[in-house]
Amino acid sequence: MIFQEAPTNTTALHDWHLAHGAKMAPFAGYDMPISYPTGAIEEHAITRRSVGLFDIDHMGQVEVSGPGADAFVSKLVSAKVTDMQPPMARYSLLLDEAGLVIDDLFVYRLPHSWWIVVNASNRQTDLDWFRSHAGADVTITDRSDDTYMIAVQGPKAIELLDRLAKPEVSRLERFTWGNISMGGVPILFGRTGYTGEDGGELFFPADKAEFVWTRLLDQGTQLGIETKPIGLAARDSLRFEAGMPLHGHEISPKINALEACFKWACDFDKDFIGKAALQAIAEKGLSRKLVGVEVFGGVQREGYEIVDSTGTTVGHCVAGMFCPTVKKYAANAFVRTDLAKVGTPLKVIIRGQAKDAVVVKRPLYIPAYRR
Amino acid sequence: MSIDPRAHYAASHEYARPEGDMLVIGISDHAQAELGDIVFVELPQEGKAIGKGQTFGTVESVKAASDLYMPVGGKVTAVNTALQADPALVNREPYEGGWMIKILPSDKKELDQLLDAKSYGATIGEE
Repeated sequence: MIFQEAPTNTTALHDWHLAHGAKMAPFAGYDMPISYPTGAIEEHAITRRSVGLFDIDHMGQVEVSGPGADAFVSKLVSAKVTDMQPPMARYSLLLDEAGLVIDDLFVYRLPHSWWIVVNASNRQTDLDWFRSHAGADVTITDRSDDTYMIAVQGPKAIELLDRLAKPEVSRLERFTWGNISMGGVPILFGRTGYTGEDGGELFFPADKAEFVWTRLLDQGTQLGIETKPIGLAARDSLRFEAGMPLHGHEISPKINALEACFKWACDFDKDFIGKAALQAIAEKGLSRKLVGVEVFGGVQREGYEIVDSTGTTVGHCVAGMFCPTVKKYAANAFVRTDLAKVGTPLKVIIRGQAKDAVVVKRPLYIPAYRR
Repeated sequence: MSIDPRAHYAASHEYARPEGDMLVIGISDHAQAELGDIVFVELPQEGKAIGKGQTFGTVESVKAASDLYMPVGGKVTAVNTALQADPALVNREPYEGGWMIKILPSDKKELDQLLDAKSYGATIGEE
């Protein structure tokens, strides 16, 4: 995680988090809950067995409209979007001309516009990038301040929402969205997420944050569906196990889409910013690649070096932790391409000592909806 | 937060509790709560001599690695191997099953330089 200094922002649930004993820390310029008294490991487990609620209002939302919007979005993002009709939603990367990753996005096809979810720390960067590439026939609106965002994730998340909102969300397929209403609050529900579990992300008017949050928690408990608030520490371990990238770690403006293993999110049959650079990189061959590494004898953290059997540095770790569901100490690391094969033995330097490690298949935890 | 009345405490939250000629070393309940879920504990080999204030190991919580400092210098006579398979013992029972090492102190008078339970309680805001 990127812990930036001096958070200036809080979400509308900030007081609620404090009142419920959350450990807070700065993340992407926001003072956010890292864990609740439940504890990060148990919060992870609850999300894997029932329902976890995540305050993710630090995420940004940008609406793109106008007669030129379709062509603009298609050129702007790496994924294919021209085939998208409402109610589709799709993961994509935002690349620069060099094929480096500015951000990762979720792109929703609305009836008359595009709804793009961006990372908190990149909101202004992305907006500036969008605006500098948009023509006069495209309107770009930052909707972050008037939109609240909560994620409801876990094997019982859909059941919970079906009981509390109308119409039922179970009718929606994975990676589609629908308009629902809960206690009179209009909600745009996207059946997506960042945990490897079923569930969705809710967008609704910012002044209803506490109403929606407490209703989900209270009603969940009343219905006998274990529902708990989950902090960013568990959110990180959930996404890590499920093989999802975190900006600033597996993807960043210093990492190209191919070495981060995101060829699948790039549509080379269309024109998009960064395409030519990625084609040149592919032709030349990758010098390094993102791999999963299981570590024996410690926790491999961001920045730790990886060496081969001769002690030569061959890569570095970008994220690492104890994975509560698969019960492994694992890391994501960029290593020399010839050492990226599953089963390759490596050494990781933890506090000056070389510990055994091996390249393992990603993801460590196959997302529920892909099984 | 519980404070073991039989133990002496370092300002860095390690405790040393006399047990015969030995001292049992671990971290306080307050320390484990501050760290959050503990996922890995690295401890020294038996037989190693380590001075007061020197690092004897590392405790890894979900988000960070923290060094462990000897509250009293001495020779390691036992290591709690149960923490390898179940590091969360430190969270659940920091003074009992979550102990870390036992040492034969090189100078028992160093114990007097530590805080007693009452003074330690005051430093962490517990009376």
